[in-house]
Amino acid sequence: MKLFTVRGGIHPEYRKERTSESAIVALPLPAALYLPLQQHIGAPAEPVVEAGALVKKGQLLARAGGAVSAPVHAPTSGRIASIAEMTAPHPSGLPQMTIILEPDGKDEWAELPLGLSDPFKADPSSIRQRVAEAGIVGMGGATFPSAVKLSLGTEKKLDVLLLNGAECEPYLTCDDRVMREFAEEMIDGARIMAYALGAPKVVIAIEENKPQALSIVSEAAAIQPNVEVVSVPAQYPMGSERHLVQAITGEETPARKLTADLGIVVHNVATARAVHHAVRHGRPLTSRVVTVSGGAIAKPQNVEAPLGALVSDLIEFCGGLSVPPRRVVNGGPMMGQPLPSLDVPVVKGTSGILALTAAETNEHATQPCIRCGTCVTICPCGLVPVEMSAFIRKENLDAAARLGVRDCVSCGSCSYICPAHIPLVHYFNYAKGRLNALDREARKTDQIRQLVEGHNERLEKQAAAKAAAAAAAKAAAEAQSTIENRGEA
Amino acid sequence: MTAFNDKSGPFTHAPTSVSLTMATVLAALVPATLFDAWLFGWPAIFMFVITVGSCLLMEAGCLILSNKPLQPSLSDGSVVLTGWLLAMSLPPWAPWWVGLLGAVFAVVLAKHLFGGIGQNVFNPAMVGRVALLVSFPLQMTSWVKTAPLGSEGAPSFTQALGITFGHVTGFDAMGAASALGYVKTELSRGVPVNVSAQHLPDLMDMALGMHSGSFGETSALLILAGGLLLLARRIISWHIPVSLMGTLFVLGTVFSAIDPGRYADGMFHLVSGATFLGAFFIATDYVTSPVSKRGQLVYGFGVGLLTWIIRTFAGYPEGMAFAVLLMNALTPIIDHHIRPRVFGRTYKGEPLPLKGDK
Repeated sequence: MKLFTVRGGIHPEYRKERTSESAIVALPLPAALYLPLQQHIGAPAEPVVEAGALVKKGQLLARAGGAVSAPVHAPTSGRIASIAEMTAPHPSGLPQMTIILEPDGKDEWAELPLGLSDPFKADPSSIRQRVAEAGIVGMGGATFPSAVKLSLGTEKKLDVLLLNGAECEPYLTCDDRVMREFAEEMIDGARIMAYALGAPKVVIAIEENKPQALSIVSEAAAIQPNVEVVSVPAQYPMGSERHLVQAITGEETPARKLTADLGIVVHNVATARAVHHAVRHGRPLTSRVVTVSGGAIAKPQNVEAPLGALVSDLIEFCGGLSVPPRRVVNGGPMMGQPLPSLDVPVVKGTSGILALTAAETNEHATQPCIRCGTCVTICPCGLVPVEMSAFIRKENLDAAARLGVRDCVSCGSCSYICPAHIPLVHYFNYAKGRLNALDREARKTDQIRQLVEGHNERLEKQAAAKAAAAAAAKAAAEAQSTIENRGEA
Repeated sequence: MTAFNDKSGPFTHAPTSVSLTMATVLAALVPATLFDAWLFGWPAIFMFVITVGSCLLMEAGCLILSNKPLQPSLSDGSVVLTGWLLAMSLPPWAPWWVGLLGAVFAVVLAKHLFGGIGQNVFNPAMVGRVALLVSFPLQMTSWVKTAPLGSEGAPSFTQALGITFGHVTGFDAMGAASALGYVKTELSRGVPVNVSAQHLPDLMDMALGMHSGSFGETSALLILAGGLLLLARRIISWHIPVSLMGTLFVLGTVFSAIDPGRYADGMFHLVSGATFLGAFFIATDYVTSPVSKRGQLVYGFGVGLLTWIIRTFAGYPEGMAFAVLLMNALTPIIDHHIRPRVFGRTYKGEPLPLKGDK
């Protein structure tokens, strides 16, 4: 397949070999599982169990809290200890409602819905419903509810389901291992998703630095006429949805549009495997493969962890910390988020737990910008980071917005390459957050203004009506008195 | 928990740093500098040391006066590079005060009065050179015949001290002209360019550097080698050097074809004067050149065009320094008007149309 060039990008040190050659190992059940109600983009799930309840593996614990939401299921059998606030696996460290499950060690399955033996004969909407009920979200880290994304086919004509196996983040090999060890499940899931989307074709894109995955997946896909496997260049951020679509089709997704507008929907490889489990076996999403790596981890490897296991459980299972880490990151080193604590749970979007040493993070004091322009050259979004950051430092967010700070995907390439070690993406994330907050405020002010105006209008109307009524009454009274006067006269 | 939670990612960083960048540029200058030190002898070595030393002193003084920390500004190599490039653009036997004054112009006026590293609009080394050139035209155009170290007629260490710090004039070697200067003077006497050029060393000798000129402008080939190193190490990109030299070469070739008696040819423009030094080391100065690639093409074209105009029509034989400064002034405007296209948007910033949408 002919590939197309993508602007900019970087070639970081990938350091994937630390975990790429060891098979996925299941984490032994920890003493307790902590299941946040919000493991996805959208509304939090609503608990359907109470403290003290006995639950079985796969049983629904919390149902979707809205149209864009995802349910949460029990990763094993046991007792609900409590539903309480607990630190979220988010840099803010803010608490969120969490279901705490104490495993009974039996790991007994609940009665599951029967799997479909031939999903390609089922109604596409019933497949979407199964995916929704299984609580599947984008497992590459975006955590957008997959069923919502699978309904794009109902409004738009789609040509291709693009399965994202680029895994361009350094260190991470969980997708690589899933592709190598569960190629059939993944391809089956992808074909089911394509069917649900109404897309006739599946393209699986894998970065060229994963030759084993490429050959295994190609072999497994050979028997499927509508599945094509493509090797894409190892160029960060190839795994970015819009950039991957550009590499495959040469088409650039217009700003404020979706790749679906070009007829392409992108899903992650681990999501495809989860769809296979949900549709063929009726199993909800209750575990995921997590890459535990970084120079501070004694025995880096890929772990299949039940959702809700603590990060500290995973690190302990991987031999603990050999040296104190400089940073502990949730996700990859480029776009991952710093963890506020090790006592936070693995959630649906946790692709990696990295304990990085100071040598690996290579942090230095920020120096003045020397305008080398490398950030401009490598920005995959065609932005001018040097100029945007200068405006943001002066709190001139409007100017930064005009330069397109909202088109930044926060891939981190500019910060990574900057010789002056300026935390450019930190500025951009700040600006995007502030701009969103300002927008919300502006909308709120607008709403309040409308309400106040409406209120005033009503008051005026009431006052006018009152005045009119009073005037009418007065006129009537006067008329009455005139008549009476006349009568007297 | 010992890990830090104070900033967003990435949590990995390329092995890049300002000092590494500067060190690479300095390394690229070393071969040409060593050759020139040998070619012009002790007085040139003194001039070089005084110029670079003065720049370091001025930097330290400015940092102290503005209450800024001395490190890393003093040791990151940026001010050494400024001094080095300034020295490369001075006459090899310039007396001590020329280097010192140049450092004042370059570091104090051009750099620190604008806010220090990264803030200056004009290339500090070129401000230093041009300020000296217009203030002291005699000293700045007193070229010497080459007198390699150890050769007959080369000044000894003590004689060199006299040249640099005393008032030794009329030394044997004084009084040569640079190639560009010679051609220009001859032309003003009515000698056509193609005739006077025949009295110059041939192009190969000029490229090798065996001729008179500024300290750093003579050994064109070694400068070119340094420039290629910078390209290979991706410190600079091809855009500025190619558009600059391309413009100069095309203008020279076209006009000399039209009137060989009036205009020097393209190859002559490339190997004489500071073309290579300017194209690879001066015009590519990060701070004072545009940040986008398309902007750099425009900038390089502008420097090439202005250099050719000044060399051909203006009073000064060499125009690179003026051309660079003039284009420096345009850099903010170029950066404002020429930006890359944002992904998914037109150059005007509107979202791209969807296929099928009209």
